[in-house]
Amino acid sequence: MTSPSQSVIIIVAGRALAPLIQLFGIYVIIHGHYSPGGGFQGGALLAAGVILLRMTEGRCAAQSEISTEAAIPVASIGALIFAGTGLVTLAFGGHYMDYGVVPVPGIEEPMVRYYGILLVEFGIGLAVMTALVAIFDDMLDDPSPENGDVDAGKPAEDLKRP
Amino acid sequence: MNWLIEIVLYLLLLTTAFLALSVKDLLAAAAAATAFTLTMALLFISMGAIDVGFTEAVVGAGIVGVYFIAAVSQTSRRTRD
Repeated sequence: MTSPSQSVIIIVAGRALAPLIQLFGIYVIIHGHYSPGGGFQGGALLAAGVILLRMTEGRCAAQSEISTEAAIPVASIGALIFAGTGLVTLAFGGHYMDYGVVPVPGIEEPMVRYYGILLVEFGIGLAVMTALVAIFDDMLDDPSPENGDVDAGKPAEDLKRP
Repeated sequence: MNWLIEIVLYLLLLTTAFLALSVKDLLAAAAAATAFTLTMALLFISMGAIDVGFTEAVVGAGIVGVYFIAAVSQTSRRTRD
């Protein structure tokens, strides 16, 4: 898991499946406000695509999609989009996340609500995707053999043993 | 016909739950727990809760199973008790 897999089949299958999983995740986010799904499920699917690549090709794969250092800041930006959309409606005199009060020229009120929910779903998806990838990266961080268990120092060999 | 599918799903649920608790290999236990979650998601969908079942399938079978495997890779593969 920390190093690339030995099997060609696993690497090729991971490379073929990851884009399809992420495409389905984007579909779930975009259609989340009038069908089952939404920001959380779509974000989890997007994270599953990245985690699949990192499991099959080692933890250094897919760093151009989400790098390990950038994951938590991008999650904060997603939470900011989620909360900021609600705060904008407060600034226009409505309740929190009452999107209808925002005056957008050329778009009537139902469509403003439609796009407001879409923006919130996008923020949730961004936050969930990067947070789940950050949790996975933190779980694979270098185990320290000096404190405690002897087995903790050699995780990769331990998994391969039948 | 629907009740027949549900009975099969409940039997699969009990089998995977018993396997996840009793097996000594932690990687097999993680796989059995993932199969339990997937069966649970199918049961939710058969009861009509599409959104709950979808969330259960994505999070339980997709993400938490991977976290279990990552956690097993950080420790020994077999239980000692």
